[in-house]
Amino acid sequence: MSIERTPVRFYQVGSFAVGNRLVEVERRSAQSDPGRANSLTSGHRACAGCGEALGARYALDAAMRASHHQLVAVNATGCLEVFSTPYPETSWRLPWLHSLFGNAAAVATGVAAGLRATGRGHVRVVAQGGDGGTADIGLGPLSGMFERNDDVLYICYDNEAYMNTGVQRSGTTPGAARTATTESVGEHPGNRFGQGKDLPRIAMAHEIPYVATATVADLFDLESKVERAMEIHGARYLHILVPCPLGWGSVSSDTVRLARLAHQTGLFPVFEARYGEVTSITPIRRPEPVESYLRLQKRFAHLFNREGEVADRATVALIQSHASHNITRYGLLGDSDD
Amino acid sequence: MTERRPFAITLDMGSSLANRTGTWRTERPVYVHRLPPCSAGCPAAEDIQGWLYHAEEGGYESAWRVIMEKNPLPAIMGRACFHPCESGCNRVQVDEAVGINAVERFLGDLALERNWHVPPGPATGRRVAVVGSGPGGLSSAYHLRRRGHDVVVFEAQEDLGGMMRYGIPAYRLPRDVVSAEIARLAEMGVRFEVSHWVNDVHDLLREGFEAVVVAVGAQRGRDPGIPAGDAARILDAVGVLRSLEEGDPPALGRRVVVYGGGDTAMDAARTATRLGATETVVVYRRTRDVMPAHDEEVLDAEAEGVQMRWLSTIARADEDQMMIEKMRLDDQGRAVGTGEFEEFVADTVVLALGQEADLDLVEKVNGVTVTDGAVVCDEFQRTGDPRVFVVGDASSNGADSRTLTRAIGQGRLCAEAVDALLLHRDAQPDPQLAPAGAERLNTWYYADAERTVRPRLEVARRRDTFSEVVGGLTVEDALFEARRCMSCGNCFECDNCFGVCPDNAVIKLGPGQGYAFNYDYCKGCGICVAECPCGAIDLIPEPR
Repeated sequence: MSIERTPVRFYQVGSFAVGNRLVEVERRSAQSDPGRANSLTSGHRACAGCGEALGARYALDAAMRASHHQLVAVNATGCLEVFSTPYPETSWRLPWLHSLFGNAAAVATGVAAGLRATGRGHVRVVAQGGDGGTADIGLGPLSGMFERNDDVLYICYDNEAYMNTGVQRSGTTPGAARTATTESVGEHPGNRFGQGKDLPRIAMAHEIPYVATATVADLFDLESKVERAMEIHGARYLHILVPCPLGWGSVSSDTVRLARLAHQTGLFPVFEARYGEVTSITPIRRPEPVESYLRLQKRFAHLFNREGEVADRATVALIQSHASHNITRYGLLGDSDD
Repeated sequence: MTERRPFAITLDMGSSLANRTGTWRTERPVYVHRLPPCSAGCPAAEDIQGWLYHAEEGGYESAWRVIMEKNPLPAIMGRACFHPCESGCNRVQVDEAVGINAVERFLGDLALERNWHVPPGPATGRRVAVVGSGPGGLSSAYHLRRRGHDVVVFEAQEDLGGMMRYGIPAYRLPRDVVSAEIARLAEMGVRFEVSHWVNDVHDLLREGFEAVVVAVGAQRGRDPGIPAGDAARILDAVGVLRSLEEGDPPALGRRVVVYGGGDTAMDAARTATRLGATETVVVYRRTRDVMPAHDEEVLDAEAEGVQMRWLSTIARADEDQMMIEKMRLDDQGRAVGTGEFEEFVADTVVLALGQEADLDLVEKVNGVTVTDGAVVCDEFQRTGDPRVFVVGDASSNGADSRTLTRAIGQGRLCAEAVDALLLHRDAQPDPQLAPAGAERLNTWYYADAERTVRPRLEVARRRDTFSEVVGGLTVEDALFEARRCMSCGNCFECDNCFGVCPDNAVIKLGPGQGYAFNYDYCKGCGICVAECPCGAIDLIPEPR
């Protein structure tokens, strides 16, 4: 019986968990490495259970690994900027720049041009911001960066409202969600339907080389997308869903679970696109109805009664139809063609 | 040295590490160890999840050594154990239970093939006698030898193994496996004296043994005293199985009735089929659901053509026919007669209604109490006489579930108590851990993988042979099966806590070392607890 070096393609937790002692080191995630870049280090002032802090470290650590630590980050105004850099402290362990709320894409363009002009073109540039700084305030500079195909990876950490200033509605706030400016009162409580911005599709409309979406619930997927983006030069866009316990009214320990449910319900399609065409999707593994996602968040509490049963059937059905539409549009129940 | 600061910057740049966010915390995560349901269900208290952990990475010898901490006979138990570990396995929440028994057999067989050994403990010069070489006796002897004591096992039969040789049929437990595992004990320095009947444990104590472990088993079949004609052929199942092993199989005839519903009844029925019976019927007074035989045994018996007659008792047996009374269950679930009788043609009746121990050897010992044919023992198998211990079927402990595995577990506890006696210390019970229930798991993280099925001998080839029915796993399958373990309640180093912490407050200590929390920065969000696949982290109120 020969027992040494027997190939078995099953690894207990496969690629679902962060690490896996059973697979080769080179196939493990950047996050499982005790020597990971740890771009956003401890002591930052993000709320307990912050999805954005998690997403930023996931994405930047992967980008650091891919660029061999030759990386500059430009940050838009928002939670991420505020909680990481109260003067004179910083949580960033890479060169990091902040200018205004809306101009991160433009500043990043300038940084990339400056590096190139000074003979340091091998240093890569990432611009990052929240959904407010990306979808609303910074959309013009972002669109310009896309149009010019500047060599910048723009990462949007989407928590679906202006959390830093007190949870006001943004262009990515979903229908029916309660925010400080879309209160759960009146005939149609919460945010109105049909008035949002689908940023990944806006980016795709520019036909830039690479657009992708990801969540903090699927680390391997997120890291592989950052790596793929870093292999490409030109304008690239990565949209990461980062649940916000404060703004969503969720339990701090549910952050990853909510991100997972957003994907499994179909509400947040996870895919990749090149030059405007979807090239791969991350399929739904365990389908869930939208209620299981909505019920965990106080911003949707008006859709349920005290017992947690659906009270506003029409609205929940409408949200379910959006999810179903995503599932059909992207083929989320099919096998990944990845 | 003053470094020039950038324009309008008055303070030196500092790191946020100065900001100890741990002070925000109201709850803190802590790593815990819980008792997985497999180990909780194992009568031998094997650390199953512990040895699967080694097997998962191909560390088969380390895995085998973890088994050997508790069970000296993995190749035997990987065949003959009824694996209650699998019944409790949390993996059923995902797909099917992990095939623990099959992996144990794989490791046991590999150990025999590779000749792996366990060294005895440093010699103490203390002498202990073990009476009986069944699973209880061998387990006691092994664990005592590991502690360095001189152990002599006395066996009344010509060959070693007790019920493993003279009870369980060879198609379930090949004899070369039994011999090989016992040989390993002999190489450890356990001495065996066969064909040595012990009349009285006092004889051994007088010979200088400081303690005696009685592991004589239950060899005598119970006889219900069925009214029978002179020419009726009534045999006892234990006797049938033993004479088969001694090379003198009894003539059972074409139509055989086995009376009883336990595993021995199934063994006798399947043996009768192999000895040429064309019709084998098991007669049992109650119903299938309360039948003590294990499901796997009943299914195998049925697959081999054994018929079952529930709710029936044998009222009378004659030369080639017998009278069966139909039964019904009363309000309390007891079987009561209906007064309806039926004639039944049968050449032989085999009684399998349970066994009793032959306890003459402890009859004269002060303080030894016998109830229902077994010696009353405490949790360490101690009797009223501090020098006399009883394990296995001869002990009243666990009399409702007389299995090999139970005897092996008792043997280890008994060895602990004997050792404590010899060294004048208190016997230490196994540590008690809180259970690792399925509700603690986050099963999202486990890759989908259905159970590997062990090959089984085709039914057509079983009828005239005592070849082993259940085959072993290949290396690939064993590794696959081991990796299906979800490691319930104990960290298996998946790095999830280390990865999902938004505050980078988990420290990875390196392979085999696990993780630690950095409470200077942990805000107590609890994501690590929620995302731990195996439930090895608890969130507890922050100590004041």
